[in-house]
Amino acid sequence: MKVLGISAYYHDSAAALTINGLTIAAAQEERFSRKKHDASFPTNAIKYCLDHQATSPHQIDAIVFYDKPLLKFERLLETYYSFAPKGLFSFQSAIPVWLKDKMFLKRQIKTELKAIGFEKIPKLLFTEHHLSHAASAFYPSGFKEAAILTIDGVGEWATASICYGNDRSIKVLKELKFPHSLGLLYSAFTYFLGFKVNSGEYKLMGLAPYGKPVSTQVQLFEEIILTELVDLKEDGSIFLNQTYFTYTTGLRMVSDKQWQKLFNMSRRLPDTKIELVHCNLALAIQRVTEKVVQKMAVEAKKLTNSENLCLAGGVALNCVSNGKLLSKKLFKNVFIQPAAGDAGGALGAALATEHIYFNQERVYPKKSDKDLMFGAFLGPSFSEKEILAMVNKYEAIGFKVSYHSIYKTVAEALNSGLIVGWMQGRMEFGPRTLGCRSILADARDPQIQKKLNLKIKNRESFRPFAPSVLAEDANKYFDLTSPSPYMLQTQPVLKERCRKKPDNYYEQPILDKLYFERSDLPAITHIDYSARIQTVHKETNEHYHNLISAFKALTGCSVVINTSFNVRGEPIVCTPEDAYSCFMNTEIDLLVIGQYLFHKKDQPHWSRGSNIKSPSILD
Amino acid sequence: MESIKDIFNFLKERKKWWLAPIIITLLLLGLLLVLGGGSAAAPFIYSLF
Repeated sequence: MKVLGISAYYHDSAAALTINGLTIAAAQEERFSRKKHDASFPTNAIKYCLDHQATSPHQIDAIVFYDKPLLKFERLLETYYSFAPKGLFSFQSAIPVWLKDKMFLKRQIKTELKAIGFEKIPKLLFTEHHLSHAASAFYPSGFKEAAILTIDGVGEWATASICYGNDRSIKVLKELKFPHSLGLLYSAFTYFLGFKVNSGEYKLMGLAPYGKPVSTQVQLFEEIILTELVDLKEDGSIFLNQTYFTYTTGLRMVSDKQWQKLFNMSRRLPDTKIELVHCNLALAIQRVTEKVVQKMAVEAKKLTNSENLCLAGGVALNCVSNGKLLSKKLFKNVFIQPAAGDAGGALGAALATEHIYFNQERVYPKKSDKDLMFGAFLGPSFSEKEILAMVNKYEAIGFKVSYHSIYKTVAEALNSGLIVGWMQGRMEFGPRTLGCRSILADARDPQIQKKLNLKIKNRESFRPFAPSVLAEDANKYFDLTSPSPYMLQTQPVLKERCRKKPDNYYEQPILDKLYFERSDLPAITHIDYSARIQTVHKETNEHYHNLISAFKALTGCSVVINTSFNVRGEPIVCTPEDAYSCFMNTEIDLLVIGQYLFHKKDQPHWSRGSNIKSPSILD
Repeated sequence: MESIKDIFNFLKERKKWWLAPIIITLLLLGLLLVLGGGSAAAPFIYSLF
């Protein structure tokens, strides 16, 4: 049984190939097209999935799209009808797009597939959006049965769901429906605080810890949110007071005027100075989000009485909320789909088709503590021939050395304060880089955060970096109760590693606060003394594990900074060419691709441009 | 033709016949749009649409 899953036309299009219940390949289109959050039909990602397994189109049993466009259209029409005559302008803008393209997606998908080489189109199916999310978390989790919680902006009608998965079946137990949505509530604050909706949510999450935890202002903001904007019920349902939101009928998330009055502050314009009040508001909405997610999880527990929980949907990428949920220990085991956003919908749609539509038997991991995402390394890898083709094209100067020498050289480079571009094996599926397309640096260096943010990543200086730690040493650094292979939870840095805050810590300007050395791992210890942890496991990423082990042998420290191998506004690198281009366009000192080492000082003059976004363009 | 059949089946399954006049009107408008070669550039309205 071979099923191809597709997500496209909204944001983060992707393709995934599953064979007999196992995920064989999955990738986002943006990595090939080099357009961040590319929503177009995932032609390149599909080609990759087929090529990876040497599968020809006629061998595919079914192709499945990750949501139901007509159901979405129904929601659109009913929403306009309910709010009429409000929303006329939005209606005029949206309807032509639907009439020309989205209503006839089936035809469009078939045309695109024919262009790729599908002479005869296999069975074409459509799954519901939240079922795709639920399946993307449940089937790869390895759990025989589990509660499944999916939370995002909106699919067709559902914005959150509680399901129960048992072997092959997934049963929907409860749904929250549009326009009441936790994802859209968070996006509304993303907009109000000057970040881009649908991509800047993680910046809002990174900003929240700069708020003053014990402050009347944060408390007041929380109260306003929970009394004026949101009616939070005991089961985690939320009802958003639509008088304050305009996303149902307008082209913006909220009414600026009303929100300015409500919070007694102006909307922050993009790339303007961030003040304490912005941080406090970010902290308030983050806390409300955590509260809602926890209530939903309690309800999921109540409805299923399961010891296992699976999480997916865009809100499941909120690693601060995940960390808090895990600390509550409501469930014995929790699995969060690493590609929890819409890209992962392609994978979920394929797996749902296999197990629900075709009744394909499930595959379980050999060890009970492992999952079936294989470290999320489901993207393409590149052969030595392809690396050498890049070397020839750019006349790059690189040396092939043994892996042992690679580990040693990179460990020494990191220890001496250099920044390393690291590309090995198969690319990660999902938004996180997990040690195959990473920029690495020394987490002990107090200067490195500033250097990485401003000189390499060209991004906002307030944004934190995440650590990769050897799984077996994680408890020496972090208060972590379960492995975190996909970097999807934040937990505190151990108290004995932290330094005492100065008395006026929270009154200090943001950058002073940022550059205060909070621990002996200052570059990865966020303002609130937490870290977004990735535990590195030898079974899933041997080279990366060996590298950190070499760094540990040299320095005694089992932690390195792991940030995605890209610059602001660009997708994470995919090919050796992308990696070399990013290396040459930034101040990365050393590049490693497979067994090849490239030192910056050896490289020829580079005159090619890059797509690095200026800070004034939202990303 | 397949698309029209899909829409019909959809309305039948969802028992939303009241949407039919709206959809028919919109489809006729859409036909004009396609014949007129008008632009249907996606507006900046987030993921809702």
